[in-house]
Amino acid sequence: MIRIDSVTKRYPDGTVAVDRLSLEIPDRSITVLVGPSGCGKTTTLRMINRMVEPSEGRILLDGVDIMQQPVNTLRRSMGYVIQNAGLFQHRTIVDNIATVPRMLGWGKDVARSRARELMERVGLDASLAKRYPYQLSGGQQQRVGVARALAADPPVLLMDEPFSAVDPVVRKGLQDELLRIQEELGKTIVFVTHDIDEAVKLGTMVAVMRTGGRLAQFAPPAELLSNPADDFVEDFLGADRGIRRLSFFPSAGLELLTTPIVAVDATAEQIAARGSADVPYLLVTDLDGRPLGWSEPRDLTAGQIEPERLLPYGRPFVAERDSLRAALDGAVLSPTGWAVAVDGEGRAAGVVSQQTIGEAIRGAHAAAPVDAKAGR
Amino acid sequence: MNVLNFINAFFSDNAHWQGYDGIPTRVLEHIQYTLMALGIAAAVGLPIGLLTGHTGRGGNTLALIATAARALPSFGLMVLMFVLLGLGLAPVMIPLVVLAIPPVLVTTYEAMRSVDPAPVDAARGMGMAEAEVLFRVELPVALPLILSGLRSAAIQIVSTATIAAYVSFGGLGRYIVDGLYQRDYEKVVGGATLVAVLALATLGVFWAVGRLTVSRGVRRSG
Ligand SMILES: Nc1ncnc2c1ncn2[C@@H]1O[C@H](COP(=O)(O)OP(=O)(O)OP(=O)(O)O)[C@@H](O)[C@H]1O
Ligand SMILES: [Mg+2]
Repeated sequence: MIRIDSVTKRYPDGTVAVDRLSLEIPDRSITVLVGPSGCGKTTTLRMINRMVEPSEGRILLDGVDIMQQPVNTLRRSMGYVIQNAGLFQHRTIVDNIATVPRMLGWGKDVARSRARELMERVGLDASLAKRYPYQLSGGQQQRVGVARALAADPPVLLMDEPFSAVDPVVRKGLQDELLRIQEELGKTIVFVTHDIDEAVKLGTMVAVMRTGGRLAQFAPPAELLSNPADDFVEDFLGADRGIRRLSFFPSAGLELLTTPIVAVDATAEQIAARGSADVPYLLVTDLDGRPLGWSEPRDLTAGQIEPERLLPYGRPFVAERDSLRAALDGAVLSPTGWAVAVDGEGRAAGVVSQQTIGEAIRGAHAAAPVDAKAGR
Repeated sequence: MNVLNFINAFFSDNAHWQGYDGIPTRVLEHIQYTLMALGIAAAVGLPIGLLTGHTGRGGNTLALIATAARALPSFGLMVLMFVLLGLGLAPVMIPLVVLAIPPVLVTTYEAMRSVDPAPVDAARGMGMAEAEVLFRVELPVALPLILSGLRSAAIQIVSTATIAAYVSFGGLGRYIVDGLYQRDYEKVVGGATLVAVLALATLGVFWAVGRLTVSRGVRRSG
């Protein structure tokens, strides 16, 4: 465990970047430092591997002051990932990744085969091994940065805004990849970001810092969203904190209706039977059961259903797996106000109304907020 | 064309290819002066440039010294050294070295300063020793610029080393000085042509060194 014990950093020009910060960073989980620009996140992170030395206070690694061991030994036991990856442009990808193992005295071949193993782990095609950094996209370079930090299998990983320079789609991919890798490797990760969504998505624990380098709140993300410690944290979480909190409620309890679903080859009797006063619309699926769109029953003529004339069905959520947030999103996006639930293969599993989702939300709020990171 | 005739006459005269005043000897002498002066300039300029560039300290002082050194006229300096030190190689070498140090020093410093700080930060963060950061991270990336500094120093030395002939040393300057004295313009033009050829050869050598030592990853992105 990393313990930050009442640490202050005063830069030579008098700037107090971190002010009496105390944090207990749990093992084998992701702790996110988040806060507005200039609040001392980077400074805090860099004090852990002694790229910055604290002015006051101590940092303990497994109970031992980090000042006790030679600085380069300490740093080699911690992976370090920075914003633009910081790859060595004169070295090939595989040699970039092999850097720390080589520094630790591994043979060239062992280090390289380890590097290739890591490329696979972070989702990089083996054909990129012999390329140079300039021949990679920003997202790929960032993956190399992560692989390089993991190469010598350090127990600790320090990451400073590693995904902030890539576009949102690539960023989401990298975040998912990190969660997957973390599931496999169980590192102690300290992750800096200024993006609260990223913090909530990745963090097991989230430390919100305020300008002046002070800790505003240290809590699991669900608790942060339900109980912000003060106005600053609430402001920082943003206006739709309530909606985002729904990410922590599973959709598993939602009652799904299967009656208002017909296949594209439905008979007139089926269409008549499935429409009802409760559900003004029918969801039409293809022959495999995948949703095509909504329609009022009276607009459907058996044998002549034209998929392109159906109303769009918005974005379906995966039943059992996705959160209430995804379910609500699906209902809001659907012009009928009904969300479509699908199974793992994308086949319609049922439909659910905004009203039903609303009741589920009220029920979930009444119960204690779930802490599990299910359904995001 | 007169000049072409001179060149043709100079190079086709068999006598010019033999003996202590023959082309091979003079070219070799010239190369020796050049290598010596460049070697000394590099031995002084590279370490200082690398170190100041790496630490980022002393840049202003460097610029000042370099400007001052550039202001010194090579020929005047040689005559002064000749008066002070008497006959010898030192009065020839000193002005050549003084001429070569500023481009080596300043370009090396600038090259090191222009290295992207992110990989350097990453290297330190992964526990690389300071010397390794300099030689394994910064230097390979700064190399093309450093080589260009050495190259312009070398070219300047090649063309200026002709002054050695004024204090009775050899090299290609011999042809020019003697030619002028003997009003043998064939010789003068021949000597000047050889200097130009040697300068071009120097460019070629540096191009080859660059191909061999600069990583493809740096060449293509730089
Ligand atoms: N080397 C330094 N010398 C003086 N002041 C510094 C130095 N590095 C950072 N600071 C100051 O310390 C404060 C905290 O900086 P830090 O880089 O830790 O912030 P941050 O939270 O990482 O910000 P950002 O989100 O913009 O990266 C800022 O006010 C910054 O200007
Ligand atoms: Mg920062």
